[in-house]
Amino acid sequence: MDAGTALTGAPTGAPRATTPGWPFAFRQFRFWLTDYRRTWRGSIYSSLLNPLLFLSAMGLGLGSMIDKHGTARLGGVSYLVFLAPGLLAATAMQTGVGEATYPVFGSVKWNKTYQAASATPLRPADIFHGHLLFVTMRLAMNCGMFLAVAAALGAVSSPMVLLALPVAVLTGLAFVAPIEAWAVTRTTDTSFAMIFRFGLIPLFLFSGIFFPITQLPVWLRPVAYATPLWHGVALCRALALGTATPGASLLHVVYLLAVAAAGVFAGQRTYRRRLYV
Amino acid sequence: MPDDSPLIRARGLVKRFGTFTAVDGIDFELRRGEAFGFLGPNGAGKSSTMRMIGCVSPPTAGELTILGLDSVRDGAAIRARLGVVPQEDTLDVELTVRENLYVYGRYFGLPRAVISERAAALLDFVQLADRAGDQVEPLSGGMKRRLTIARSLINAPDILLLDEPTTGLDPQARHVVWDRLFRLKRQGVTLVLTTHYMDEAEQLCDRLVVMDGGRIAAQGTPRGLIGEYSTPEVLELRFDPADHDAAADKLTAVPATRREVLADRILLYVPDGDATLAQVRALGLDPLTSLVRRSTLEDVFLRLTGRQLGE
Repeated sequence: MDAGTALTGAPTGAPRATTPGWPFAFRQFRFWLTDYRRTWRGSIYSSLLNPLLFLSAMGLGLGSMIDKHGTARLGGVSYLVFLAPGLLAATAMQTGVGEATYPVFGSVKWNKTYQAASATPLRPADIFHGHLLFVTMRLAMNCGMFLAVAAALGAVSSPMVLLALPVAVLTGLAFVAPIEAWAVTRTTDTSFAMIFRFGLIPLFLFSGIFFPITQLPVWLRPVAYATPLWHGVALCRALALGTATPGASLLHVVYLLAVAAAGVFAGQRTYRRRLYV
Repeated sequence: MPDDSPLIRARGLVKRFGTFTAVDGIDFELRRGEAFGFLGPNGAGKSSTMRMIGCVSPPTAGELTILGLDSVRDGAAIRARLGVVPQEDTLDVELTVRENLYVYGRYFGLPRAVISERAAALLDFVQLADRAGDQVEPLSGGMKRRLTIARSLINAPDILLLDEPTTGLDPQARHVVWDRLFRLKRQGVTLVLTTHYMDEAEQLCDRLVVMDGGRIAAQGTPRGLIGEYSTPEVLELRFDPADHDAAADKLTAVPATRREVLADRILLYVPDGDATLAQVRALGLDPLTSLVRRSTLEDVFLRLTGRQLGE
């Protein structure tokens, strides 16, 4: 075949619109799907293994001792059933922060695939939104696999737990959007380890996943209330155990949506500033 | 758009980064089918200009229309019709050669069948057909560059932008890239390139601007610029470092259009180099080496800026 046929043809795919939207973000989403085809197997093993380890060690092992002392403070359910919805929200946080840090930084600094994409019709916001779409898919996958493992281990008391899945995804996005907005501005990756060490681990331990935050000292509780993870944990648990009330649920959802929306707003600006120098 | 209107038109184009002015009010026009070059040393403002043309860097001031559209307002529509070979490779090294073309074609919204057909033709064109299924990471610098060129052509662009296309390549790899670019030019693809290699500019460009310190020092065809700013021949003389300054003084007696005393050589710009060399010898001067050559764009640059391109 002559190269000329490919070189002199009329340009195709040229958008008429000067303000491309979601179809363009979808093109970036497709890029991430192609990229993910190399690593999906490994990611699925760890997505199944993590809940298996945590739910069996903490939920079954530690839980068998806790349950002997009465479950009134857990809302009358076994520790395993209490724990699972909280860990579901934490899984979303961990998956999300992982996707929002190194993959974003690598795209702008190491591989420069973001710069490659910005030479095409895609705008910085499309590149940002495309990655958010991909991470949303990854969050749904990991949370779905978590629930499958939880159900297999008897950690699920009713099908109502399915309502917790979108809440967990939203919890993840409340971390993903702001952290991506920040990660794209970085020139080194040194601060990512700090986020994991001083951000994720304290959140993981003190957001009501392993014990109700009413066990925390009174002065520390407002800190927990301020974090998106606690709202995610509280709502996932209320939905899974069937104790959700409309007022509290709405408050949690609005809080998580607000944090995620602030992150999207910031990211649209930081992506532009980084890619349009 | 009628074919005779300029594909790119810049008027008073300025780019500042804080207090630093990278591009300081430049004007130029580019027509369909031309190979147009920005020649200048590092820091002359070439890459900043190129990024503005690529619609990934909003101009600080001035007017820039590309394909009849405004570079800021219609950036996405313009980029859909550009091919870009950036200075630094932006390939996805973890994907295969073919996947890189596929992913990039998707960015332009091309259907899979169109991408497959073009990718096959383009990989043939850049002589990478046998590596189509290989990962990009282990490819040589020259191969990656050729793949980047193939990728930039996937959308059949109206204009191909090349920012220092052969910087960092060994001479052999550079010649392969030049050969491919020359073929594109022969096929009528409009090329815009930046370079600090005068031989690259001479071989590939129909017309070029010489940039220095963010401004355009001169513009014209390579031949025209040489004719305007230099003499047909140059006599290069090299003396023992101990005699260098004394020889430079003595040479003022030899008639020449212009003379340049560099750190290691003395250049005499003359119509007939051999005749001038005879006059130099007649003065009793005995250079260690002497070379008569034709003028190049390097001499034009030296004349315009007082510096060498590599500096």
